[in-house]
Amino acid sequence: MLEIDDLALQLPYYANWWRRQWAEVLCNVSLEVHPGEVHAVIGASGAGKSLLAHALMGLLPAPYRQTGRLTFQGQPLTAARQRRLRGRELALIPQSLSALDPLVRSQRQVSWAAKRAGHAAARVQHTARQALAHYQLDERAQQAFPHQLSGGMARRVLTAMAHVSSAQLIIADEPSVGLDPQQRDRVLNALAALAREGKAVLLISHDLRHALPIARRVTIMRQGRCVETAPAAAFEGDGHTLTTRYAQALWRALPDNHFSHPETQPAPHVA
Amino acid sequence: MPVIRLLSVRLLRMALVLLCVAGLTFGLMLASPIDPIDAYLGPQIAQASAEQRELIAARWGFDQPPLMQFGHWLGQLASGELGWSHVYNQPVSEVITQRFQGSLALLGLAWLLSALLGFALGVLAGVREQSSLDRVISGYAYITAATPAFWLAMLGLLLFSVTLGWTPVCCAGPSGSLRDEVSLVTRLHHLALPVATLTLLSTAPITLHTRARMRELMASPVATQAFAQGASRWEVAWRHGARHACLPAITLACASLGELFGGVMLIEQVFAYPGLGRATVEAALRSDVPLLMAIALFTALLVSLGNATADGLYRLIDPRLRRQG
Repeated sequence: MLEIDDLALQLPYYANWWRRQWAEVLCNVSLEVHPGEVHAVIGASGAGKSLLAHALMGLLPAPYRQTGRLTFQGQPLTAARQRRLRGRELALIPQSLSALDPLVRSQRQVSWAAKRAGHAAARVQHTARQALAHYQLDERAQQAFPHQLSGGMARRVLTAMAHVSSAQLIIADEPSVGLDPQQRDRVLNALAALAREGKAVLLISHDLRHALPIARRVTIMRQGRCVETAPAAAFEGDGHTLTTRYAQALWRALPDNHFSHPETQPAPHVA
Repeated sequence: MPVIRLLSVRLLRMALVLLCVAGLTFGLMLASPIDPIDAYLGPQIAQASAEQRELIAARWGFDQPPLMQFGHWLGQLASGELGWSHVYNQPVSEVITQRFQGSLALLGLAWLLSALLGFALGVLAGVREQSSLDRVISGYAYITAATPAFWLAMLGLLLFSVTLGWTPVCCAGPSGSLRDEVSLVTRLHHLALPVATLTLLSTAPITLHTRARMRELMASPVATQAFAQGASRWEVAWRHGARHACLPAITLACASLGELFGGVMLIEQVFAYPGLGRATVEAALRSDVPLLMAIALFTALLVSLGNATADGLYRLIDPRLRRQG
């Protein structure tokens, strides 16, 4: 459904106040997301995961330089096509809960999302109510303002927004951060359910352990580059089927794997 | 009954503010170099003997210590009596009612127009930062924010009244005609230039603050999320932006009532418009203590009410400020 081929992204910065220079924040990023699967992108803070999400949605603030090829459903995903497909075929579940408008009741915000996705105006409220009920949000939570919701509930409102868009590709940016285990499983299961409906889910997370149960394939990112893409099944035992040392080290460093630490390799130099 | 408690606390606070304003005004009048009796006598000052002056002073209560005078005034105020204005030779309450009717149209129109215009311009400028529209609007706002009211009023008079002859030069109606005879159209015609000047000047702060809030919102996660759902820039500005940006606009519009009142005084002076502003200047120059005190109280009341309104509206718009429960 989505192919990313050799994506590179440069963002400007000022070395001093008159000379603009470009920092390479993504480089050699290639991966494929297929319908019906959850594809996890795992990396530490600053690995470029959220930038990747925003580049896919076409939400980066100008100016930026982007090279490489994006293909969605067999056709090149240009900026114009991104604009057209956003909210209809492409959906983003954002990292920050502050993406909810603090001044608007949650049901109303989901209605707006439904309207933007092209639902008929007469039906949007019904659609929103159903979507929120689908994620176990009762009438009281639906009429609440974002500051009255718990983190898990707010996260589910954001998921409901992606749900009403009936998008084929859903990018979830750190959906489980800051949640207790029960809420986290609820949110991750909701994503797995979307994949079972035949949608493609790109799960962005720093949390390898909890992404594995629902992901079919995993891409490890580091400093703006793809380190390795491996099937989720490769992350088991001592991880000997993983081809890169970084991925192996990341896997073995988990508490369940006794924090073991194979000899580390230096980070690849990024210009 | 939290509402009643809130209201009574508010009223008590307002009364305290008014008392402070009254005390301050009284103190300033005491320190004023203008002697009320001299100001009252005017050119007849040479004809008045020392005994006559003492008679006036005794009649007005100037022979008593200042605190007694203030206490007496407070007592009268409590029974609803504002005193006698010697400048207009009328009860103070009548002067204020008459004069305020003149100012109300000027103040109200300018306030409403500047709030609406300032908000609209701010939203337009903030939607597209650094666009040519933004540059024009913020340029206009910076220039008018730095323009003195009386100067712009005089330029307006020179251009529209003297050179072009579109608007009348002064007053609230044609000279020589009684207030009741003036038609609405004529009244509006006389109001046009003062209102326009005042609006032009008080728009700038609202525009700039709305623009800043709007810019902030357009770069916030709320806007990014709306864009990710396929919303256009204008839709984000309308659904999310206007809601967020009206918070600072409301605060400013209500809090700037005091400033606007100051502007009204200057404008009324330049256009010789018979309103509360002119009455204030007259009262101060001729040391009409009861009138000036009443005007100060009235203005403070107006400003307090403006602030209270802003507080109330804030709670209505931003659910985070509402009390839970």
